[in-house]
Amino acid sequence: MAAGERVLLLGASGSGKSTVLAALAGLLTGADADGEEEGELLVAGRPASERAARAGLVLQDPESQVVLSRVGDDVAFGCENLAVPPEEIWRRVREALDVVGLDLPLRHPTAALSGGQKQRLALAGALAMAPGMLLLDEPTANLDPDGVLEVRDAVTAAVTRTGATLVVVEHRVAVWADVVDRVVVLGRPADGTAVVADGPPEVVLAASGEALSARGIWVPQRYRRAPAARPWQPPAAGTPLLSARALACARPGGPVAVRSADLDLPAASTTALTGANGAGKTTLALTVAGLLEPVGGGVVAAPALAAGLGPAPWRWRSRELLRRVGTVFQDPEHQLLTSSVADELAHGPRRLGLPEPAVRARVEELLERLGLAALARAHPYTLSGGEKRRLSVATALATGPRVVVLDEPTFGQDAVTWAALVDLLRELVQDGAALLAVTHDRELVAATGARTHHLAPPDPAVALAPRLDAPPPRRSLRRLVGSR
Amino acid sequence: MSGATGTSDAAEGTTLGGLVGSVRATPLTRANPLALLAGALVIAVALLATVDVVSAATALLLEIPLLPLAGLGPRALAVRMLPVLLASVPAGLVTTVIGRDAGAVLLDLGPLSVTEGSLDLGVATTLRILAVGVPGVLLLVSADPTDLGDALAQRLRLPPRFVLGGLAGLRLAGLLVLEWRTLSLARRARGLGDVRGPLAGTRVAAGQAFALLVLALRRATRLAVAMEARGFGAPGAPRTWARRSTFAARDVGVVAGCALVAAAATGAAVWAGTWSLVVG
Repeated sequence: MAAGERVLLLGASGSGKSTVLAALAGLLTGADADGEEEGELLVAGRPASERAARAGLVLQDPESQVVLSRVGDDVAFGCENLAVPPEEIWRRVREALDVVGLDLPLRHPTAALSGGQKQRLALAGALAMAPGMLLLDEPTANLDPDGVLEVRDAVTAAVTRTGATLVVVEHRVAVWADVVDRVVVLGRPADGTAVVADGPPEVVLAASGEALSARGIWVPQRYRRAPAARPWQPPAAGTPLLSARALACARPGGPVAVRSADLDLPAASTTALTGANGAGKTTLALTVAGLLEPVGGGVVAAPALAAGLGPAPWRWRSRELLRRVGTVFQDPEHQLLTSSVADELAHGPRRLGLPEPAVRARVEELLERLGLAALARAHPYTLSGGEKRRLSVATALATGPRVVVLDEPTFGQDAVTWAALVDLLRELVQDGAALLAVTHDRELVAATGARTHHLAPPDPAVALAPRLDAPPPRRSLRRLVGSR
Repeated sequence: MSGATGTSDAAEGTTLGGLVGSVRATPLTRANPLALLAGALVIAVALLATVDVVSAATALLLEIPLLPLAGLGPRALAVRMLPVLLASVPAGLVTTVIGRDAGAVLLDLGPLSVTEGSLDLGVATTLRILAVGVPGVLLLVSADPTDLGDALAQRLRLPPRFVLGGLAGLRLAGLLVLEWRTLSLARRARGLGDVRGPLAGTRVAAGQAFALLVLALRRATRLAVAMEARGFGAPGAPRTWARRSTFAARDVGVVAGCALVAAAATGAAVWAGTWSLVVG
């Protein structure tokens, strides 16, 4: 790898892309590395662990890269650790913030930044250290489309200005294909070779676009024959199962996130909930799903869904929700409960009181359908990101809910998991379920034939509608302590 | 991440007490947090040395005019004072009822009795908790954690790894509140939302706490990697500080002011003849 080169590192999950980056950054040293070391890695002619050429590293999760509570201090953090003189630090801080386009006061609280801004802050923190090499590990996987472009453009500006070598790990090729001048594809241990392809982007993608796509890498459409998802004709939508009427919602103790939303979820259809970060999409979805109590207006379940219960889902008991509304959280780990994949799937049916043979049959069926059969005994926390996602969807489906609410189901998923999810969602719709998906993923919207509901940020001028159902007084004390 | 709430603000706020940007600049909020810490300690030591009404009342009288220096509106200040109030009154009541009896009996309920002596003790206890609590609350709402960290590392020479690790941890701790709420919602979605009974309830709560622990460890590990990648933690490596923690005349003034309050309280009690050393 030559100085100043811009490299996109590709590979299926498990090919060790992140490990290569960590090694380049000099973070894998004999003392705390669990694996074995073979061959040598030289950075600027010296072993990488000596960190002769400074590497700046930006990771995937925006939340866990912010160190300090003020923007200026956070960017300065790396320089301080390198013992840069204070006057020089502040000069570099201002320059780095300028390069990444974060035009904010130095005292601005980092808590108030969006995901895209946090990633640009992390980039500025790396740039301020004047690295010879910039290493990015899926820096845009957790961002909305605007955030992705923000960060990509900031990176391009930075490497153009500083001439630093760039190495990006990312499975969404389209974002970076025009920025890099070389693509390296890593093989899995099963391939028997470490590097499967290496060359300029057009050449590598044209030659092995199809093969890369099969490995789960998002190859731009122009390099592929098959489209991302097979053509599909959604069934005719039925009557609404759940409806939001002038719905206002908030997290317990939080500000009102949505002031007035009207939304219908018809049977046998998909509704996509879109909108910028902070527009309250997740809060709205959780309220529609009956997990949060509305603060204005209300959610009304059709008799076909309520099946003998009252019309307000948030008043249903937790167990009564299982057959009616299933929720898939953005982070699968939030909803894991047991110590094996099979138990995780059996949990819901058991809570419903199904007889054990019926539970086992349901589990077997889901394991097969979602390709998790080989992992039935595995601990859920040990699964890969894609497997965890499929498991979390499967747990919601295990109790056969007629409404399924999904929060960013395709975030950070590779193309193979994505296609599996699309198939699954289509099956659900075909079977008559009403889906609500919070998503930024335009391809998902297209593939499921979803109707889109765009959510604008809350407008304080909109008055809150009165509650459709008055809250029972005995709840008020519990609301005060915020437990539900 | 969508749906930031009041809690996330409290988590990542600009002061120890979790306030974001709503604090007016006052001599106290501009002071070095170390001065606030030292001042609060001086008052606490002076007041905990004795149990009597005069010293606590004097200190409280002198402190109340300082409350506006917190830079908060009366309502926000009241909310933050609430825990101190809630702690002080019951503590005083209990002391009144079961405290050492002396003097005339005012109320007799068998083993529980209120006498002049125990009433005196109860009032003194309530006032004392308030008088020690007020500077504590002022410290919490005025001090910026980053500034306190700078002061601890640069002025008191505490190890930077320890101080900065603590600062980073403080920021993550607030995220835990949000995670816990999300975990509760997820449990409701999975049919565990209305598990009742001490045994089953405890099991569900324990499972949720374990999940929180796993999530916290994951996040902490990722943060540690991000910090290491930015050159943090190399043992013995020299480090500079972008912000200089200064101890100016204003800060000396803050400590001196607190010492004056402590001296006035002790002096008044000695003059009134009520001062009595607790230990000794």
